[in-house]
Amino acid sequence: MVQESQGKTSHVVRFAGDSGDGIQLQGQQFTVASAMAGHDLATLPDFPAEIRAPAGTRYGVSAFQIQFGGDRITTPGDEPDVLIAFNPAALVVNLAHLAPHSLILVDEAAFTDQRLKRADLTSNPLTDGTLSEHEVVAIDISHLTLEAVKPHGLGTKDAGRCKNFWALGLVLWMFDQPREPTINWIKAKFAANEQVRDANLAALDAGHIYGESTEASHVLKHETMPEAPLDAAEYRTITGAENLALGLVAAGELADTELMFCSYPITPASSLLHNLVNLEEAGVSTFQAEDEIAAVCAAIGASYAGKLGVTSSSGPGVALKTEALGLAVATELPLVVVNSQRAGPSTGMPTKTEQSDLYQAVYGRNGDTPLPVVAARSPADCFDTAIEAVRIALRHMTPVILLTDGYIANASELWPLPDFENYPAIDTNKPDAETDQPVFQRDPATHARLWASPGDDRFIHRVGGIEKDVDTGNISYDADNHQAMTDIRAAKVASVADFIAPQTIDQGVNGGLAIVAWGSTYGTIYRAVKDAINAGLSVAHIHLRHINPLPANLGELLAGFDTVLVPELNTGQLATVLRDRLNVDVVQLNKVSGQPLTVAEVANAIGEHAKPRIQQVGG
Amino acid sequence: MNALTFKDFATDQEVRWCPGCGDYSILKGVQRALADGGSDPANTVFVSGIGCSSRLPYYVNTYGFHTIHGRAPAFASGIKLANPELEVWVVTGDGDGLSIGANHLLHTLRRNIDLNVLLFNNEIYGLTKGQYSPTSRPGTKSPTSPTGSIETALEPGKFAIGAGATFFARCVDIDQKAMPGLLNEAKAHRGTSFVEILQNCIVYNKDVFDDVAAKKTAPETQVHVEHGKPLVYGKEQDKGLRLNTQTLRLEPVVIGEDGVTLEDIAVHDETNPMMAQLLVDLQGPMAMGVILRKPAQAFEEDYWQLHPKGRRQKVLELIHTGNLLDRRN
Repeated sequence: MVQESQGKTSHVVRFAGDSGDGIQLQGQQFTVASAMAGHDLATLPDFPAEIRAPAGTRYGVSAFQIQFGGDRITTPGDEPDVLIAFNPAALVVNLAHLAPHSLILVDEAAFTDQRLKRADLTSNPLTDGTLSEHEVVAIDISHLTLEAVKPHGLGTKDAGRCKNFWALGLVLWMFDQPREPTINWIKAKFAANEQVRDANLAALDAGHIYGESTEASHVLKHETMPEAPLDAAEYRTITGAENLALGLVAAGELADTELMFCSYPITPASSLLHNLVNLEEAGVSTFQAEDEIAAVCAAIGASYAGKLGVTSSSGPGVALKTEALGLAVATELPLVVVNSQRAGPSTGMPTKTEQSDLYQAVYGRNGDTPLPVVAARSPADCFDTAIEAVRIALRHMTPVILLTDGYIANASELWPLPDFENYPAIDTNKPDAETDQPVFQRDPATHARLWASPGDDRFIHRVGGIEKDVDTGNISYDADNHQAMTDIRAAKVASVADFIAPQTIDQGVNGGLAIVAWGSTYGTIYRAVKDAINAGLSVAHIHLRHINPLPANLGELLAGFDTVLVPELNTGQLATVLRDRLNVDVVQLNKVSGQPLTVAEVANAIGEHAKPRIQQVGG
Repeated sequence: MNALTFKDFATDQEVRWCPGCGDYSILKGVQRALADGGSDPANTVFVSGIGCSSRLPYYVNTYGFHTIHGRAPAFASGIKLANPELEVWVVTGDGDGLSIGANHLLHTLRRNIDLNVLLFNNEIYGLTKGQYSPTSRPGTKSPTSPTGSIETALEPGKFAIGAGATFFARCVDIDQKAMPGLLNEAKAHRGTSFVEILQNCIVYNKDVFDDVAAKKTAPETQVHVEHGKPLVYGKEQDKGLRLNTQTLRLEPVVIGEDGVTLEDIAVHDETNPMMAQLLVDLQGPMAMGVILRKPAQAFEEDYWQLHPKGRRQKVLELIHTGNLLDRRN
C-alpha cells in the first residue's frame, strides 16, 4: 500500500467499471472472502438504472464499495482508499470521492483515445498529472486476462468478460483473503459450461499470481489485516433483500401460517420477489400480478382467504396501492407492505437511496386510516423487523408498512445468526374448533377481530369497504357507528405501543445531545456517535424501529436531553412526526443526493450541537 | 348436505336497488343457480368491486367481499390462489369491469384462473348518476355527454375473446328460464367464465336493450346458441344464421326462402373462438347462451402443480446456509 495506509486496520475499496463488466459480482465475491477472513464489513452497490448503459460513458459507471477490516465496521466508508477502475469514466467519476493518497488500480488497455473521448476527457488522466496525489498502478488487465484464458479457447469477447475475476484475484492477493469461496461459486455457477468455468478460474488464478510475482509488488503490498472484534456468534454475509425474505418466511413459520407474496417488479424492490421465489419450500407462494394495484389486492384476497398476504414495492408502486390499503384497514385484515424506498418524487432516481416515503407510510391515505409502520435499520436487522411486522399484522389484524430502502436492500453486512429456536411463536386470531364468538367481536387489548375465512360454516359473513356496522360487518351509515369504527381503528394502532419493548438508547447515556434516527442511517450514525463519545462529547444514539406508533416511553426518554438532532435522507419527515406526536423541539440534518449519509456529515453536526461531557469530580 | 333452496341463499339485509332494477331478477337468478347447483355457502365467496351491481354480495348468504372499484378480479384471484377449494364468483358492471378495472379483467381472462365473472352490462354509470360508460352506444345522451357520446362502444364479448377468454356466455336479466342453468355452466367451467348479463337500468338507461330483450319480440331478436346445433331462431324456428364467405360474417336468413334450407345454416361450435367472434359480431339478432367454451386447465391448477404446497423447509436450516464464519470461540 501507499505509505500513509501502512498499519491501517480497515480499508475502503471501490470497484468501478461499465455496467456490463460484472462489477457487482466482483464486489459480492470480495465481500464473502472478507467475511471468511474474519473481517467485519459493510458494502454499497452503486449502479445506474440502465441495464447495459453505453460502454465507457460516465453515466454508465457501475460501482461497488466495501469497507472491511479488523474494526467494528458499520458503513461502507465515506472515502475509498483503493479504487479499481476498468475504464477512464470509472476513474474520473470516482476521483473526487477518494481519500488523499489512495491507491488507484486501472486497466491500462482501456485508456485509448477513443475511450477517453467516451468519458468526455480531452487528455489522459494517467499521464496528465490529474492523479499526482495518488499512487497509480496501471496494468493491462484486458490483455493479461486474454493471455490467461487462451488455453480454454473462448472467443475474444467471452474471454474479455473474465477480467473481473482476474482483477478480483489480484485484489484478494493484496488483502490476503481466501479464494475458495469464489472458486466454489464459479464451479457451482458454471457447472454446465466447463469452458467458461475453467476460463474464469484461470483468470482468478492469473490475477492472484500476478500479485505474487511481478515488479508491481513494490507498490502492491500483500497486507494481512487483523480479525474484527466480533461478538461470539456464527456469521454470514447477507443483503437486506435476502434477509427480509428470510425474515418473512421465518415469521410465517412462527405463526404457523402460509404466506402469499404478491408483487409487481420495480427497482429496487424486485430483489425481494426474486429471493422469495427461491424460498417457496419454506411456506410462501409468490404471484407476479399485472400491476401494483392487482398485487396488493391479490395479497388482501389471500389474507381474506386465510393466508398472510404480503406485497412489496417502492414509493411509486406504494402510491398505487394506497386505496387498497384503506380497504385492508376498513376490513381489519392482516397484510404486510414492504416499501424499498428510492429517491423521489415520481420516478425519481430508481437505483438511488432515500428515506422520503415516511409521510406516505404514516399519513398517506384518504380518510382517518391509521396503520402501523416499522423500519429496518440494516441488512442484518431486516430479519427481526420482518418478523415484527408480521407479528403486529397478525396480532392486531391490520396492514403494516415495513420501510426499508434501496441501500439496505442491496448492501451486505455480517449477520450474527439468530437463536431462532428460541423465538416466541406468533399468535394469530384464527378461530379454533372451540371458538364461539361473532366475527367482529374484538379483543379488548389488541382490537383485533376474528380472522375467519371462507371454508368455515360457522363464520359466514360479508365485509367490504363501505363503513360497516361495528358488530355485524354489514353496511352502516349510522353516525354513531362511524364514530365508533373510527375510534376502534385509531385505538387499534395506538394499542401496538402496549406490546412493543420500551425504546432504548443504542449508544451513550442521558443528557446532552440525542441523535434520533430511523432506517438505513443506522450504521453511519453508529460510527459517528462512537467516535464522538470516544472524543469526550455528550451524545447518544436512539434508533427507532417503530415509527407508528412511536414507543410509549420515547417522549419521556427525549426529555432527558438538551438537544434532539434528527438526521434523515429526506427534508425532515421523522422530524415532523416527532414534533407532531411528542411536541418536541428537534434540530434537523437532511440530505437528498441519492447517496447515504457520511460519517463526516454526522460528525460535523455532532460537533455543532454536542458539548463535552462534564468530567466527574476526581475523574 | 341436504338440498338448499334459493331462499337459503338470501341474507337478512334489505335489498337497496331502485324499484324495477334489473339487478333484482339477476339476484334471484343467482340464488336459484346456487341452490340448483348445490353450492355450499361456507365454501362460496362473492367478490365485487364498486357500483350498483357490486352490492350483490351483501344479499347472498355466502361469504362476501365488497372491495374497491375495478379490482374485484384481483382480490378474487388472491382468494382462489390461496384456497383453490373455494367457489369464487366475481360481480362487476360495465364501468367497474370494463372501465376502471378493464386491465384486471383482461389479465384474469388470459390467466384463466377459475373464477365466475358476472358482468352486469347496463351501458351506463348508475351509482354515480347516469354518465355514459365504455359500453354506451355512440350518441348516448348523459350528464357528461349532453350532445351524445362520441366514443366507440366496447363490446364485452369481443373484449373477452381478444383477451384469450376460455368461456363467454350471455343472457338477459329477465330471462329466469335460462339464467340459473347458464350460471351453473359457468361454474362448471375450469378457468375464468365470463358471463355478460344485459341489465336494465330503470332510472338512467331505461329499456336500452328493448330491441333485444323485450319479451314479446325476444324469439325474433335472440339466438339461443347450443353446441353442435344449427344456429336457428324465431318463434317458428324458421330463421337461421348462414356464413357469408364474401363478408366473413354470419347473416340472418329465412329457411325456405330464396332456396335456403336447414343445411345452409351454420352449426355452433362453442370450442371455436372464430365462431364466437362471428357470434359477438352479429348484426340483427343477438346471440345468447354459451358462445365460447374452450376446454383448458385453470391457472391455479398449473400453479399448484409447479409450486410447492405447505412447508417442507425449516427456517433454521435456511439461516445456516452459505459461507459461515464461526466466531463462537
